[in-house]
Amino acid sequence: MTNGIEDVENAEVIFVIGSNPRENHPVIGAKIKEAKRNGARLIIADPRKIDLSNESDLFVQLKLGTNIALINGMIHVIIEEGLEDKEYIETHTENYRNLKAVVEKYTPEHVAPICGVKADEIREMARIYASGRASIFYAMGITQHKTGTNGVISLSNLAQVCGNIGVKGGGINPLRGQNNVQGACDMGGLPDVLTGSQDYTNPGVKQLFEEEWGTKIPQKPGLTIPEIMDGACSNTIKCLFIMGENPMLSDPDMNHIRHALDSLDFLIVQDIFLTETAERAHVVLPARAFAEKDGTFTNTERRVQRVRKAVDGPGESREDWLILMELMNRLGQDRKYAHPGEIMDEIARVTPQYRGISYERIAKAGLQWPVPHKEHMGTPILHANGPIRGKGYFCAVEYEPSAEQVSANFPYLLTNGRNLYHYHTRTMTGRVKELNEKSPCSYVEINPITLRKLGFEDGAKVKITSARGHITTRVKAYEGIMEELFFMPFHFADGAANVLTGTNLDEKCGIPELKVSAVNIEPAFA
Amino acid sequence: MFEVIINGQKTIIREESSVLRALTGEGIQVPSFCYDERFINRHFPEETDCGLCVVEIDGKLEKSCSTVISDGMVILSDSDKVIERRKSILEKIIEDHPLDCIVCDKAGGCKLQDYCYEYGIEKSSNSCLEALPVDGSSPFFSIDPNKCIACGKCVKVCGYLQNTNILFLTETNGKRHVAVNGETLRESACGSCGNCVSVCPVGALLPKGISGTRADRWKTETVQTTCCYCGVGCQIDLKVAENKILGAGPAASGPNDGLLCVKGKFGYKFIGHSDRLKTPLIRQNGQLTEATWDEAYALITEKISGLMASDGPEAFAGLTSARCTNEENYLFQKLFRTVIGTNNIDHCARL
Repeated sequence: MTNGIEDVENAEVIFVIGSNPRENHPVIGAKIKEAKRNGARLIIADPRKIDLSNESDLFVQLKLGTNIALINGMIHVIIEEGLEDKEYIETHTENYRNLKAVVEKYTPEHVAPICGVKADEIREMARIYASGRASIFYAMGITQHKTGTNGVISLSNLAQVCGNIGVKGGGINPLRGQNNVQGACDMGGLPDVLTGSQDYTNPGVKQLFEEEWGTKIPQKPGLTIPEIMDGACSNTIKCLFIMGENPMLSDPDMNHIRHALDSLDFLIVQDIFLTETAERAHVVLPARAFAEKDGTFTNTERRVQRVRKAVDGPGESREDWLILMELMNRLGQDRKYAHPGEIMDEIARVTPQYRGISYERIAKAGLQWPVPHKEHMGTPILHANGPIRGKGYFCAVEYEPSAEQVSANFPYLLTNGRNLYHYHTRTMTGRVKELNEKSPCSYVEINPITLRKLGFEDGAKVKITSARGHITTRVKAYEGIMEELFFMPFHFADGAANVLTGTNLDEKCGIPELKVSAVNIEPAFA
Repeated sequence: MFEVIINGQKTIIREESSVLRALTGEGIQVPSFCYDERFINRHFPEETDCGLCVVEIDGKLEKSCSTVISDGMVILSDSDKVIERRKSILEKIIEDHPLDCIVCDKAGGCKLQDYCYEYGIEKSSNSCLEALPVDGSSPFFSIDPNKCIACGKCVKVCGYLQNTNILFLTETNGKRHVAVNGETLRESACGSCGNCVSVCPVGALLPKGISGTRADRWKTETVQTTCCYCGVGCQIDLKVAENKILGAGPAASGPNDGLLCVKGKFGYKFIGHSDRLKTPLIRQNGQLTEATWDEAYALITEKISGLMASDGPEAFAGLTSARCTNEENYLFQKLFRTVIGTNNIDHCARL
């Protein structure tokens, strides 16, 4: 997030797109609802009606995969009606002319049939967005598309056109789905960067790390998850070490992942439960849950906060950092740490954004990075003194249809997400009986009108097939889902949505097009 | 800046605030059932107050939560008159409150119990009939209106902080108590966040499934940590006794401002689950079998060394975790980039 969670209350307009905060980030959802009650205007774009839609000023139910067309359409209207922030554009941005040229054809009349919404609604949405200090909230509904990166870029264009960057109540705010997805990226858990997104081919960066680590660091670009899985299938990747992930359920095309994992010479899985992934391992290492170890997580607003040990772990389980240190020591790196705080000190030495962070400084309250030195109090709003790169760049992007399209064999589109009561692959929430009582099994949401056309009853057992595979699940009638579109939560191993999802990737970052699958539906006979 | 006299001491209060806040700032504890810092700048259609925060200001009894500090005030926080008023409030509540403290799951964490002890409420003309039905329809918590003291905290939190608005105060046979919009919790629009449970000062709103652990209440410790679910980073207070987590509630600080969702409040129960992995496992004859750490480490180092020699570093890849700590993620990529020598590291941020 460019802005903080507390800043929600300062927004005059809140634009939620591809995100369902009341279920997936409930505390932020509560704050959005309160901001709305206190007078903020709320606009929402989603193919599926969400809880917040009920009190929104405008809810646009757009066709799956058409975000960029809508956003370009909004920018078109803003420019056409002179609602842009001319001063901000002039002072703080570059390449505006290019953006203007590209969005010119995205008239509301052109966009309306693409998105399946009325032209006037697009105009109204743009006008509301431009009517005051506006904050954008988005999540995987923007990113899990073949054009996911461009979706984010188009939101950045929208925010910049109205000068909503670096100011209170503005910003572009991705709601990150996992407790430490921000931190895992910050820590260099990515194939192309070291900590703090530093480029390992940069000579200064390379030197800094080689001095700290006392060894040469690799320069060959690494592989992304989809490439790793393909590499496993083709036997170029022979050994895979998976810590705290369950790709069998969370990654697209489950049959492909199963084949990849089973092709490996050696699979190491470190986890707290015997997950569907761990079941296929050669060695399983019993790790510790969050309440059984010390450390830090970095939240969606870049706040680095303490994780504290409350209880001991079961049996012989060990803190993950101890397991990794032991392995590293046995393999020839002799650095030892007495406590995770010492690891944080090392992180601070090599990471500009974390330089001012220490366990002592975040004992009472976390700090929002960048924290460039030990007296710095953190950065609640990014780009507050003008865009960090100097000028904000307008990178105009075109709408492109999803890679996956309906066909004669697969005439419907399926999208997916989470529900309030479960988290991801249910490794944890599936073991909490009360949560299971609320949401016990896989289901597919279908609009009652579509349901009648198909001749299914609410609760009917159905078979859903895509080009990748098939599952059986139960129908749940929901008026809030668009006609002819299906929605499934991806939590459940039995009736798993990711058997159906495909591996079309975003060319820029490699995110799979998880939100769009073409499927067929038939009755399932027990 | 305000110059006041608190319990005979000349005191300077730097910022405008309520008398209650000023007293708390001076280290004087003021009892209250309904006070919550988060309510200060919020407006509610129906104000409820318990009156227990009463103090003597310039000789008159005033509620300290709603009286703004002003220059020259003479404040007595525990004069005889104050104590007497507080006692009468507590006696009035107790008159209509079930006295099953021996078996009540709130015992040890109940403000009513604590204050009655502190103010020496030894006997009461208790006439509570416990006639109101208990709502046990939610798997997470129950509502016992008989134990409600109508402080209104849960109603405000549900309606104006969580913004779900399913609780309200009503009156049955002269008793004010909390009630649910809809027949029961199960039929209501309740999202089970449990924020009402977290603020309830008595046993009216109680998490289920904590029976049998009550005796440990008096010796629980609180450990503040960060929730393990979504990216909001809510600060959680875990209640711990004898190496067991007995409950979770929102910490007073952090981005969540004292709120949690259903997973943060009730989803900690996987931690001590019997399915947890307890020893390393090594695959032998197709079966995962229990092993020692030494055996597991030895096998891993042997395999890694062998494959390094035959296939080189690019035959290795690692998936690190958005669920693990920063320190663990840092070590994981360091392991791959140093001892193995590859950048083949990724995690599910890409998904």
